[in-house]
Amino acid sequence: MSNRVSVQLFGITREIVGSSALTLDLPQPGQVGELLSNLKEQYPALNGLRSLLVAVNGEYAEADQPLHPNDEIALIPPVSGG
Amino acid sequence: MVSITTDPIDMNAAYQYVSTDSAGAITFFFGTVRNSTNERPVERLEYEAYDRMALTKMQEIADEACQRWNVRKYVIVHRKGNLAIGDIAVLIAVSTPHRADAFDACRYIIDTLKQQVPIWKKEIFEDGQVWVDAHP
Repeated sequence: MSNRVSVQLFGITREIVGSSALTLDLPQPGQVGELLSNLKEQYPALNGLRSLLVAVNGEYAEADQPLHPNDEIALIPPVSGG
Repeated sequence: MVSITTDPIDMNAAYQYVSTDSAGAITFFFGTVRNSTNERPVERLEYEAYDRMALTKMQEIADEACQRWNVRKYVIVHRKGNLAIGDIAVLIAVSTPHRADAFDACRYIIDTLKQQVPIWKKEIFEDGQVWVDAHP
């Protein structure tokens, strides 16, 4: 059974991927760490960033957090507001 | 009050908002668009925000400041989109009964915002563009 998640992209990650969102099939149950390693493999330029976090439903997530198809998921490259 | 806007930031409205009879001190911080980085001339900045999460984080930071200090009123507003040299990118305003709390709370809010809030800026130079702090 697939675990298709959609991921919002901002800033430099949006430019690296070339889109403001993508969908990805993860194993069931997928975790944040798997999402990151999968994306870093597909888009090697992500490995060059100073940091790369994942937000799930508006909160920063740890690598072992499970992901569900209805979650709001976003890649968070190094922030630089202010 | 926390917000994200594409419009120019209205400092007078922020002053009106934080003014209150119980405050003896009001501090403001303005983050403004500088015309150079490492002596390289900057033409303009582009700001992008993950609005939903940014607003949540800004509110959390404001709530924490209100726990730590005797804050009466506050405004945190960040602008996004295209900004020119000299534009205000972020405004923090805090009113408190006494000045030490106003300085400390304002400092805490801007420092924590810069560390935690999902907003990104790109510097546009004459001959290139850089997402600030993206790379080591």
